[in-house]
Amino acid sequence: MFLKEYIKEVYSAVKSLLVGMRRTGYYFTHHKEIITQQYPDNRATLHLPERFKGEVVMPHDNNNEHRCTGCTACELACPNGTIKVVTKFDVTPEGKKKKAVDKLVYHLELCTMCNLCVEACPSDAIKMAQTFEHSVYDRNMLTKILNNPGSKIMEGVE
Amino acid sequence: MWSLSEIAHTIHEWLNTTFNSTLATLIEMVVAGIAVISLFALLGLVLVIMERKVSAWIQIRLGPNRVGPKGMLQSMADTLKLLVKEGLTPNGADQFLFNLAPFIAMIVAMLLMAPIAFAKDFQLWDLNIGVLYVSAVSSIMVISILMAGWSSNNKYSLMGAMRSGAQIVSYELSAGLSLLSIVVLTGSLQVSEIIQSQSNGWWIFKGHIPAIISFVIFMIAVTAETNRAPFDLAEAESELTAGFHTEYSGMKFALFFLAEYVNVFIVCAIGATVFLGGWMPFHIGSWEGFNHIMDFIPSSIWFFGKTFFLIFMIMWFRWTFPRLRIDQLLNLEWKYLLPISMVNILLMTAIAILGWHF
Repeated sequence: MFLKEYIKEVYSAVKSLLVGMRRTGYYFTHHKEIITQQYPDNRATLHLPERFKGEVVMPHDNNNEHRCTGCTACELACPNGTIKVVTKFDVTPEGKKKKAVDKLVYHLELCTMCNLCVEACPSDAIKMAQTFEHSVYDRNMLTKILNNPGSKIMEGVE
Repeated sequence: MWSLSEIAHTIHEWLNTTFNSTLATLIEMVVAGIAVISLFALLGLVLVIMERKVSAWIQIRLGPNRVGPKGMLQSMADTLKLLVKEGLTPNGADQFLFNLAPFIAMIVAMLLMAPIAFAKDFQLWDLNIGVLYVSAVSSIMVISILMAGWSSNNKYSLMGAMRSGAQIVSYELSAGLSLLSIVVLTGSLQVSEIIQSQSNGWWIFKGHIPAIISFVIFMIAVTAETNRAPFDLAEAESELTAGFHTEYSGMKFALFFLAEYVNVFIVCAIGATVFLGGWMPFHIGSWEGFNHIMDFIPSSIWFFGKTFFLIFMIMWFRWTFPRLRIDQLLNLEWKYLLPISMVNILLMTAIAILGWHF
């Protein structure tokens, strides 16, 4: 019946609105538990979510060794030309030439933190760091070279 | 005893003994105008900080907490910022209408202040068609919005203004009908008589379920009339940047902003007057003792308490419900609110004729 449907509709609409108002009313009356972080005040104890992405870094171990093979997969994956891989050829003890990374140039000012480079990397050489205070006075300082000077590739990473 | 009506009376007496009656009337008009303007400024400051705090607490945030104690001076700082900003008029805009529109909005809000009874015997103008006056004047509000949208020469502003026109024209019907259902019970459109008729209980309790239904419909309709979420299609930040006031900046924007909050206050004051008894304390029938205890609380506190409760309800709606689409909005009015309020007014008339109300 039409009228029955109509009344049912009104009833369910009002009920669902009241459910929503009850939820927000609960939040309103329990305003001690806040979800935002008071950033400059709690800088020392700041807790960032696990998936927060601040910048791309390349981890190095104690022997100044990284895992980057210079395959340029990250450069190809980057949608806006943030990463530029400059490769060189290492000469192995056997006298063979081997492609390796010379400089991994990373333009932080162009990066949108999309994580595609990290996804694309076959050897887990780069990852996202949680740093976020990136303000500098000169934008040249935002162009970073990710591999440390004099670093070389880890043993066993192909 | 210090009460608003006695202060007003003392000023009136003093002016009439010091000056001749014409000059005294003129001075009284100026004083009333200044009082209304300062009430506007105060309401703007209080309601903005209230809105920001309510929204913050509903969204589990802290809200403004830097300026002044607990951030209570934040809206003062915002006002100062808006005052010193440049009021830009775009090149392609219609200069005259563009600059006129915010003032129309303010003037409408000011006109609506006239029949509101803020306390016992404290009212600017107790005209005999108070409720009709309010519902008639509040529809001029749409002219300022249309004017702002049209003269901005901007597609977003125009769309916002057109939506607002459709919205206000349709929602005025159910707001008017729900007010009418109480007028049927009181038999008078005069604000002071409507309040006096509630001296043995507020209409929302005396009028049974139809009064509650018309109160709910009134709250929905005035939320739509003041262009607030979930009916803020005229502004619709996510689609139309800021709707009709996209092109406004500085103090001209601030006037629109202020007019919105003052309108919210006014419609809540009307709702409080008609349904919750205005300044009338909470009385139950013929319980003399209880009624007498309630009379000890000053009438202005009753009025502002009820009004701010309704304002809080409207803010609660705003921060809970998602925005409606324009067709959903019109469906809600024409398919649900209007038929329900029509049946409701029929029921109310039957109750009034048969004398079933208390």
